[in-house]
Amino acid sequence: MSQATDIPDRTITPPPGQSFVRRWTLRRAKEHLIQAVLFLCAILSVATTIGIILVLLSESVYSFAPDNPAFFQVFSFTEFVTGTEWVYKDDKFGVLPLLCGTILVAGIAALIGLPTGILSAVFLSEYASPRLRSTVKPILEILAGIPTVVYGYFALAFVNPYVLRPLFEGVLGFDVSSQNAASAGIVVGIMIIPMVSSLSEDALRAVPRSLREAGYALGSTKFDVSTKVVVPAALSGIIASFLLAVSRAIGETMAVAIAAGLTPNLTADVFEPVQTMTGYIVQISSADVDAGSAKYKSLYAVALCLFCATLAMNIVSQWVMRRFREVYE
Amino acid sequence: MSSTPSAERAPTPTDGGGSPRAYFTGRAFTELCRIATFFGVAVLAVLLLSVAWQSRHRIGWEFIANHDSILDPGKAGVLGGMMGSMWLMLLTVIFAVPIGVGAAIYLEEYAGNTWVTRLIRTNLANLAGVPSIVYGILGLTVFVRMFGIFSRGGPAAGVEAIHVLGVRIPLPFEDRVISGALTLSLLILPIIIVASQEALRAVPPSIRHASLALGATRWETIRYQVLPVSLPGICTGVILALSRAIGETAPLVMVGAATFYLRTPDGPFSVYTAIPMQIYNWATQPQAEYREAAAAAILVLLGGLLFLNGMAIFIRNHYQKKLQP
Repeated sequence: MSQATDIPDRTITPPPGQSFVRRWTLRRAKEHLIQAVLFLCAILSVATTIGIILVLLSESVYSFAPDNPAFFQVFSFTEFVTGTEWVYKDDKFGVLPLLCGTILVAGIAALIGLPTGILSAVFLSEYASPRLRSTVKPILEILAGIPTVVYGYFALAFVNPYVLRPLFEGVLGFDVSSQNAASAGIVVGIMIIPMVSSLSEDALRAVPRSLREAGYALGSTKFDVSTKVVVPAALSGIIASFLLAVSRAIGETMAVAIAAGLTPNLTADVFEPVQTMTGYIVQISSADVDAGSAKYKSLYAVALCLFCATLAMNIVSQWVMRRFREVYE
Repeated sequence: MSSTPSAERAPTPTDGGGSPRAYFTGRAFTELCRIATFFGVAVLAVLLLSVAWQSRHRIGWEFIANHDSILDPGKAGVLGGMMGSMWLMLLTVIFAVPIGVGAAIYLEEYAGNTWVTRLIRTNLANLAGVPSIVYGILGLTVFVRMFGIFSRGGPAAGVEAIHVLGVRIPLPFEDRVISGALTLSLLILPIIIVASQEALRAVPPSIRHASLALGATRWETIRYQVLPVSLPGICTGVILALSRAIGETAPLVMVGAATFYLRTPDGPFSVYTAIPMQIYNWATQPQAEYREAAAAAILVLLGGLLFLNGMAIFIRNHYQKKLQP
């Protein structure tokens, strides 16, 4: 209704009582529905984690059903953590042999995998030519993609009879049994090499060139620069990769079940068969134990230990990445 | 014995500046790193060669076309495992891909920076590090036994099956193919979500802006513009996730895949086995023929993985150029 100028008023006003803006259209409702459906898809991952935690806790720690008790409501927790005998057939549930097996295998794996991984990461990022790097990296990716049963078979059929036995039994005189912690540890170590290598290499390559060039300008050798400048600068990523690799080694199931055997054994002799926590979970799920019994629920108790250990390592590794990461301009 | 830099050649960083001790330390370290790197390559070669050598008697058409056998280890074949693995992969794709891509679309296109979104992202990072056997335990409780609702003494005891659209679905799922497929879907879901997120992020924002400017709604933009462009990347991610799922054994053992299954599965609700299960079973048998069969089955499995990864690389290379403006 402007009368002040000569420009005609071209606005169209709606009829009284109505509006041109339709608040509800089919198109808009469809948009909201689709967004809701997609949100449900995304929230499924959270539901998975909640499901895992609920299942583990309700079967091992506390169950609300009176006729279906959780594991720690029937067996004693202190006996579980301090007992040294694990014979599920006789209701003996001391977890230390399983823990010992897991630590032996993961320890040997860490001894083999972590140094090899970090050294090859240093080589690939500092010393290798781009052509060599582009050839070797896919090969290490292939190593990472091989299924774990294959590694288990490799340990049982090659590493033990043709590498460990000739070396330790033939030459050094140890007693090497057909399934032992050493072969499992070696093979799991090989499995985690690509993980450590690629994550550490990413961390090393993120260090800016100016740091290296400053080192060279001050007269350092390549060895000095690599070990005293680049690696400490990338240390947070390297430590995070170590933690993730060890967490993977702890959670490894099939390779150790095949290579280390399924006999619980509290020992420091790496040439004897041991059973890890993961190996026990596999063993009891295929044994003929009544599915609802408290004995069966021992697998949930062991799985709870395993889940807590790997979750703790993953969270610490993410924290290390965030907290100690050097941010370069 | 320290030498001064000669006039003809300036010292390079690897020289050690002329000190022999520093020079040898540097060389020793370089060679140590080189050995460490080629250790991985050498191990791969040894693994492949030893498996090929140990399977040389068994690998052949009869091995692939025969079912497993308890009576005659020399005749055990991998057909049941191959069919079971294919059924598993088919069902896993049907479940995991829509949900995974949907979650990725939500996280990339719709999600704001709220605590819910941060929770989902942290959660995905943690789920990727959970050992596969814990997924097996989840699948055992949720899909196989269904929390014990249908067993004796449970609230829905006595219910055997439900009928949906004329199809009889037995409840609980017990040790059928569908339990294994659902468990594997949960396992590879984080991989698919992360890979799809990468593929969606690679789509230039100009495509989205142009579509929105022309009046399309957000979903129409995604469905008709963003998704078709990111489809090769999503396919590559799905194939890589499948190649992880094909080799997984621990979850299948937990949800009850049979070790000695002598037939081909005849539907999503039948008992089944898979190639990794057969490898696990045969590798621990005392008879030498079973162990040779395990080596041959490993070759079959690795061949399948090679095919899948080759397909992923082909898709990536073939469709890569289309994205260049």
